[in-house]
Amino acid sequence: MAVSQAQALLPGLRVEEAEPAADAAALRRLAGWCLRFSPLAAPCPADGVWIDITGCAHLHGGETELLRAIVDTLAVAGISARAALADTPGCAHAVARYGAAPLNVVPEGATAAWLEQLPVAALRLAHEATDALRRLGFERIGQLMAAPRAPLTRRFGATALRRLDQALGRAPEPLEPVLPPDLCRVRQGFPEPIATPEDLARVTAMLAEALCEKLLHRDRGAMRLDLVFQRVDGVPQCVRVGTAAPSRDAAHLTRLLTAQIETVDPGFGIESVMLAAPLTARLGARQTISDLAADATGPDLAALVDTLSNRLGPDRVFRVAPVESDIPERSLRRAPALGDLAASLAWGAWPNSLPRPPRLLVPPRQVEVVALLPDHPPVQFTWRRKPHRVRRADGPERIFGEWWRSEAEVFAVRDYFQLEDEAGQRFWLFRNGDGEHRATGDLRWFLHGVFG
Amino acid sequence: MRLRRLAKVFASFFKKKRLLPCCLDASRSREQNTNMSQSAALAALRGRIRLLERPVARPGGVLPFGVSALDAHLPEAGLARGALHEVAGGGADEATAASATLFTAGILARLERPVLWCSALGDLFAPGLACAGLEPERVLHVAAGHERDVLPVMEEALRHAGLAAVVGEMARLPMVASRRLVLAAEKSGVMALVLRRRREGAAAEGGLSAAATRWSVTPLPSAPLASPGIGRARWQVALQRCRGGEAGNWILEACDAQGCLAIPAELASREVASGAQRRAISA
Repeated sequence: MAVSQAQALLPGLRVEEAEPAADAAALRRLAGWCLRFSPLAAPCPADGVWIDITGCAHLHGGETELLRAIVDTLAVAGISARAALADTPGCAHAVARYGAAPLNVVPEGATAAWLEQLPVAALRLAHEATDALRRLGFERIGQLMAAPRAPLTRRFGATALRRLDQALGRAPEPLEPVLPPDLCRVRQGFPEPIATPEDLARVTAMLAEALCEKLLHRDRGAMRLDLVFQRVDGVPQCVRVGTAAPSRDAAHLTRLLTAQIETVDPGFGIESVMLAAPLTARLGARQTISDLAADATGPDLAALVDTLSNRLGPDRVFRVAPVESDIPERSLRRAPALGDLAASLAWGAWPNSLPRPPRLLVPPRQVEVVALLPDHPPVQFTWRRKPHRVRRADGPERIFGEWWRSEAEVFAVRDYFQLEDEAGQRFWLFRNGDGEHRATGDLRWFLHGVFG
Repeated sequence: MRLRRLAKVFASFFKKKRLLPCCLDASRSREQNTNMSQSAALAALRGRIRLLERPVARPGGVLPFGVSALDAHLPEAGLARGALHEVAGGGADEATAASATLFTAGILARLERPVLWCSALGDLFAPGLACAGLEPERVLHVAAGHERDVLPVMEEALRHAGLAAVVGEMARLPMVASRRLVLAAEKSGVMALVLRRRREGAAAEGGLSAAATRWSVTPLPSAPLASPGIGRARWQVALQRCRGGEAGNWILEACDAQGCLAIPAELASREVASGAQRRAISA
């Protein structure tokens, strides 16, 4: 359609010059921005971005949540996007453009079933090839999959079937990931591919030292490291570690990385290795050999916390900080293992005068109780079919529900008692309700903790 | 070089031998003094023997309990820091396990630097630990997904000299694993504590381990108060095994808000009373 014809059809149409080079650059920038979701993102000319999210979905709460987060964030930036997630780049490309919904997650192993339904145009072929296929009666990819391969290759060349194989995962399709311009990274290539874990560890140590040298010049410390092993078949193997505090201690970073090397599958060999620090923080020079300095700042636990949290998982090492709530199970939260707890301690720690058990049963266990209403402590309770006669008791400590949280808690009351049985064992029981008003609770008794 | 050192050791040994009779001669007139210097000399000799037996000195020193009966019984007058200690509940139920937890928390509360607590069960309640004097900002919690992860975490943490102690909760502690913990603890001077948790219905596992001490804590009925209410808890604390010392058994008041144990008032006075009686009879 000519511009004048379009302007005649729609008065007030704005006309802009096409700038393919600028578009490609913008797409590259967008791909760089997408690195926040995964360490590997590549522009997919002319209108898409590929993101390899292998091992990253759990950081955003799952695959569907990740897709939604990407599309929503793009929408805020004024870009309306469609997204699809699949086993292969080719399939994701096809489903994102020709799928029914704006967000599509192709389940693992269902690639062929999804592709069957899509038109041939979804295969990233040249226009002429697509038209020719249509003329021959190939409308859906499923028909192409069922057709014999040799005549198709003779007629359309190898490209058509290679695209199909790539979409189905039969042929490799390496992405060419973008790198943010100021990324601190080092790379090492090899004349012969390497494969043994010892070699990988040696290269990792070498790269870590080179990276730390670079970080030192920039006055920065690494908070996240990506170690990408490029295999000879083009499939990258990625190791990612994080640190709790910025670090440029080569020995420490090497230890963190080599602990994860066993997850790398070298396949037929690795031809190059890249170590990058996508997340860094300012880290000035620090005096290390001084007794006075060590006294002032306390022992440095960052190395230990990093090692443990990279081995067990990011949320497995933590401290517990008080929360301003009287309800025992809400009175604490997990806080970062390092750093200052002063902000949450400003409210003050838990009240010391009130008894709290060292072990809390979550959820509280219901027990059978003999007790005089409304205010007397239990005389006897049965837990795990074993009766406990109460010899001494203290209570009640009345805790009211937090009315601002939900309707059900407006009148809720818990009466806590500390009990000692004949053997001297101490328990923490509570009763739902104040014993007088039905609205405050149903008078069931629960064991909530054990003092010993 | 080696010969010279050997000669030095011999010389100092003879000096000591010559010294000992001198002390006895000088203090023959005053019996009390004799006892004191004798015991001092004996203690010095014991120290020398210990050094000969264990050439590597323990880093970090010891942590006394602050209860004279306990500290006098232990060979090093307290819990050695660079060593492994085991704590178990006396029974199989949760209540005794909670007592053992509080006992451990009391030990940690009397240390100074950060401590690491590794557990696979996730029922630890930090406000309860704070009641025993263990402030939340000092405790680094590690939630191990499985019990088999606890030992590697402990070993890793024990190598870090910035910590004061490392606690691990586990049901089984094989000899080889315990030996590894001991080696790591000796090297860094960090106290290693293993809290033995028994699985429900499982029998006690009294397997040998390389621990320096093994404690068992059982709750006892507390002393009645004048008014209705509940007083300070009371435990039977048993030292089941002790390297270089004897087993023992004490009735103690549970940890207070600073993590300190105490001897019950009536038992303490009874000891004094019986001592006075004995003196009266011998006079």
